Amino acid sequence: MNSAVAQVQLAQVPLAAGEASEHRPLIITLFALFVVATLFITVWAGRQTKDAADFYAGGRQFTGFQNGLAVSGDYMSAASFLGIAGAIALFGYDGFLYSIGFLVAWLVALLLVAEPLRNSGRYTMGDVLAYRMRQRPVRTAAGTSTIVVSIFYLLAQMAGAGVLVSLLLGITSDAGKVAIVALVGVLMIVYVTIGGMKGTTWVQMVKAVLLIGGTLLITFLVLLKFNFNVSDLLGSAAENSGKGAAFLEPGLKYGATATSKLDFLSLGIALVLGTAGLPHILIRFYTVPTAKAARKSVIWAIGIIGGFYLMTIALGFGAAALIKPDEIIASNKAGNTAAPLLALHLGGVDSAWGAILLATISAVAFATILAVVAGLTLASSSSFAHDIYANVIRKGQATEKEEVNAARYATVAIGVVSIGLGALARDLNVAGLVALAFAVAASANLPTILYSLFWKRFTTQGALWSIYGGLTTAVVLVLFSPVVSGKPTSMFPDADFHWFPLENPGIISIPVGFLLGWLGTVLSKEAADSAKYAELEVRSLTGTGAH
Amino acid sequence: MATDAPPPSKGGQATSPATPSTEDFIEVQESAEFGELRRSYRSFAFPLTVAFITWYLLYVLLSNYAGGFMGTKLFGNINVAFVLGLAQFLTTFLIAWWYARHAAAKLDPQAEAIKSRMEGGA
Repeated sequence: MNSAVAQVQLAQVPLAAGEASEHRPLIITLFALFVVATLFITVWAGRQTKDAADFYAGGRQFTGFQNGLAVSGDYMSAASFLGIAGAIALFGYDGFLYSIGFLVAWLVALLLVAEPLRNSGRYTMGDVLAYRMRQRPVRTAAGTSTIVVSIFYLLAQMAGAGVLVSLLLGITSDAGKVAIVALVGVLMIVYVTIGGMKGTTWVQMVKAVLLIGGTLLITFLVLLKFNFNVSDLLGSAAENSGKGAAFLEPGLKYGATATSKLDFLSLGIALVLGTAGLPHILIRFYTVPTAKAARKSVIWAIGIIGGFYLMTIALGFGAAALIKPDEIIASNKAGNTAAPLLALHLGGVDSAWGAILLATISAVAFATILAVVAGLTLASSSSFAHDIYANVIRKGQATEKEEVNAARYATVAIGVVSIGLGALARDLNVAGLVALAFAVAASANLPTILYSLFWKRFTTQGALWSIYGGLTTAVVLVLFSPVVSGKPTSMFPDADFHWFPLENPGIISIPVGFLLGWLGTVLSKEAADSAKYAELEVRSLTGTGAH
Repeated sequence: MATDAPPPSKGGQATSPATPSTEDFIEVQESAEFGELRRSYRSFAFPLTVAFITWYLLYVLLSNYAGGFMGTKLFGNINVAFVLGLAQFLTTFLIAWWYARHAAAKLDPQAEAIKSRMEGGA
């Protein structure tokens, strides 16, 4: 049915000048195969989803390895696959920072967050934050920031989907792109409403295996071309890029001015502190039975994700070495199509092999986007239903069934919103957009999570100041940054209302989040509830009474 | 190892061993045994976090403000920037492995002992 929708669009839209156009049936077949397989999984998982623990946490029966794979699937988004490859292909070394920051960030999750979170919460990030605080205001705040972070992240994934579609299916009309983005939206609504966390987790695992497999294949083919000599690969990339040795050194994108250097630092901070505040990653730790299994998940994820990011060197520099920079930019201003183009060039532009490779890699990229979008939607609808609906609106009086139904309605609403936003962000680099989500997560969520777990005196007022202050600062700075207006590459290139010079707000908004958490606490009239903290601390470190 | 901690109170919860009371939690939190667990967790995780974030920021700052040094070629087209970038990967893997080892050897047995006593299963 879904591929039928795509077919209809194809029939109406004239072919683009892309090389891929005559091989579209293959691309669509592969993509349809993935969709059918995952829908099958979803329906199967849906039949086993009976109570709230099934819907939110997949019944908590996944093993550390399974969840590690699923965490990797949730994390390696279009940003990692399309965005980083594109950023390296265009800016060389500066693009590589994304890979490093995205990986190192996992240590924060491993050392400080994953296990205590698993031990003391049930379904959402809000569970842990609200533990020792006044429930309703803190849950409202946690739910709000969860939804805002997820929507930033969704925006990036939708941008990736739109970009792929233009390249692969030759759909250039706005109506065609909107139709495909809508298709992605409808699929994710189906995955989440029917399959819940159980279905979504299996979809993530399948996708992770496909993504790793596809990336291994491309990496192998790139290295084969250069006789497994990485130095030759880098040399060719530098030469073909037209930038010479500077391509392999820091500074090509961010080194021009003092402001852009500050932007690089800001990006670096946001990347390393963002991961442990991402709601769709945090709720993954509830799908395993114990903190020990949560730790194992993160260890596996670090291994899988690290291996993947090492391969982005081959993807990005391979694209730079084998494709003319003009061709990459012509296909997508921000470089988001470098990885699929690389597949085409590796196989041979006019050969069947090239078409098969392009189709495979594109189907993998679609799978990646679909799976991450489903994970994000689940995180935000869970938080809406569990934190805001059940505990704030219904004051804890809702039945499990009502709560899960609320989550399903919320899924539909969030799906519709993200379809609407998808069209706006087409020409922004997907990795850059995700970095904004990281900055918001690190400013609004991480300070409160860390203070709640480790600071005895932390109060409700501190939590609220930190969440709302960090969130507002980050979002306002983004709104008035060059990402939104004032530059040819902005979301609204024709308007200019920017006054904040940096693209990433992290360097300001993250310290603001931490500072406000501290300030709100020391200025509190009420003292922290030390009995509640005793309970949280003992539970979080020992797992006593964990659900 | 602090083995002289007073056993947590079991009073009033004989019929439902899995739900310790607030007093139990406070008592355990103040016990020497729990203090030992907290210390072996925090004294490992906190300094290590500061260390890897410092090392990462050092790398970002070098990329920003020491371009000449980072661009020094070491062998072939591989420069200092690349070697340091790959070193970030290596240290991440090592720290993950090291923490997993520390947790399995030191934290898990202590946590397990307290948990099973509190839940009345020991």
